Amino acid sequence: MRAVLTVVGKDKKGIIYYVSKELNEMNINIEDISQTIMQGYFTMMMVVDMESSTLDFEAIKKKLELLGESCSVDIKIQHEAIFNCMHKL
Amino acid sequence: MKINEIFETIEMIDNQHFDVRTITLGISLFDCIRGTADETATAVYDKITREAAKLVATAEKISRELGVPIVNKRVSVTPASLIFAPFPNEYIKLAKALDKAAHELGIDFIGGYSALVQKSFTDSEKSFIKSIPQALTETSRLCSSVNVASTRAGINMNAIAMMGDVIKETAYLTRENDSIGCAKLVVFANAVEDNPFMAGAFHGVSEGDKVVNVGVSGPGVVKCALEKIKGGDLTDIAEEIKKTAFKITRVGQLVAQRACEELGAEFGIVDLSLAPTPVMGDSVAHILEEIGLESVGACGTTAALAMLNDAVKKGGLMASNHIGGLSGAFIPVSEDIGMINGIACGSLTLEKLEAMTAVCSVGLDMIAIPGDTPASTIAGLIADEAAIGVVNNKTTAVRVIPVHGKTIGDTATFGGLLGFAPICKINTFSCDKMISRGGRIPAPLHSNKN
Repeated sequence: MRAVLTVVGKDKKGIIYYVSKELNEMNINIEDISQTIMQGYFTMMMVVDMESSTLDFEAIKKKLELLGESCSVDIKIQHEAIFNCMHKL
Repeated sequence: MKINEIFETIEMIDNQHFDVRTITLGISLFDCIRGTADETATAVYDKITREAAKLVATAEKISRELGVPIVNKRVSVTPASLIFAPFPNEYIKLAKALDKAAHELGIDFIGGYSALVQKSFTDSEKSFIKSIPQALTETSRLCSSVNVASTRAGINMNAIAMMGDVIKETAYLTRENDSIGCAKLVVFANAVEDNPFMAGAFHGVSEGDKVVNVGVSGPGVVKCALEKIKGGDLTDIAEEIKKTAFKITRVGQLVAQRACEELGAEFGIVDLSLAPTPVMGDSVAHILEEIGLESVGACGTTAALAMLNDAVKKGGLMASNHIGGLSGAFIPVSEDIGMINGIACGSLTLEKLEAMTAVCSVGLDMIAIPGDTPASTIAGLIADEAAIGVVNNKTTAVRVIPVHGKTIGDTATFGGLLGFAPICKINTFSCDKMISRGGRIPAPLHSNKN
């Protein structure tokens, strides 16, 4: 399953590092990454492949939300289908 | 995948109240008819709880994976009047079996305590209609609807007269809670068989055994899209609404497909309706005001609504394999903070709402009227609305609440998504003589197309 991970929050050191580290520990591959500053906020999007992970979607989501809390950023993970259906014909 | 598109979707969900309003599982009950009322009620309960056992869990799973709220999980069933036709004095048993199944499943509402009497009615159907007030009083999640007119059959004025009495009696029996029973009762003209929205959902007789119908929402998303093009002309506005409706509907289609796979059900339709809620930022009235009205109900309202309704359909049509249900913009008063404010400030009247129903789905919806309104006046209101539906070949409906003990200046509170509403003025001149004539208004000329 491919999913889209988004991170929004106040910019600070190490956000990409912590997120990548967590994904690596869950055996999740990052396929695409894009990052910008929107309206003063650090805004990152990753497309990830969760096929090799032994954790289910719920567990992955939970771990990322906890990571978000500890870094004071908002981390969401959603099935890529919702974005594809809305923005691709 | 572009980062701005990703965040557009997230913005819609987080800040613009975009959600999937309902996954409604339609279940046929024809194979539940047994030799006695008790056996039939048991078979109905067993089938619904078996077929919809995974509905709530499935909806929650899809919601978590896609990151989009799915607000309601509902079941609609074959019209109850047909399933219990052999037991005309025992309809309440079926009402209670349906309600018990809804509680067991943890769903919000179950629809289909319904009858289709647009041309005439059988003795069983007359008994059924008389059972509605008691059924809505002794259950909590059951919804009822009666189709009293169609373009092909004309308008069954005898049924409409009965419904005036049924609404009054329901209001009285549920008087302790601002006559809330009436909020779960819809009177239709040209009712559709695949509507996922309550209170009017039922599983049509031509439907399959188990069907998923999905209703999307998103008035807030449309309003926010329009805010960004303040200077545009009305063609630009219509174009923007179309694009937004397309995006919203695609998510409905995705959710419906996923739900079908998980539940082993047939894909029915996606209903394109823009369904408001009473919270700020989720109002159809506010879209109309964003287009340029000082307050909803002002001159220009009907035109703005006609454009909105049409653009929603055009945008949504390409986004789903099958669209159906009511598909348009809803204008329920108590469920839309902009409509509530319109009634409260006097810009919106019952007569203007009636005009608006000629150009949108669905009808006079969730309107609180004085508790002392005569049954014949309510019947007259239903007849007017049915005439709009029959002549314009569209669905119309009436869901009014004559709030027992309340009058102009008071407010009725229904709670949750049903919201609250100031009591709305209704014409007090009598139509008693017309209603007491009964009979059937013949089908209009344009119904004869063969």
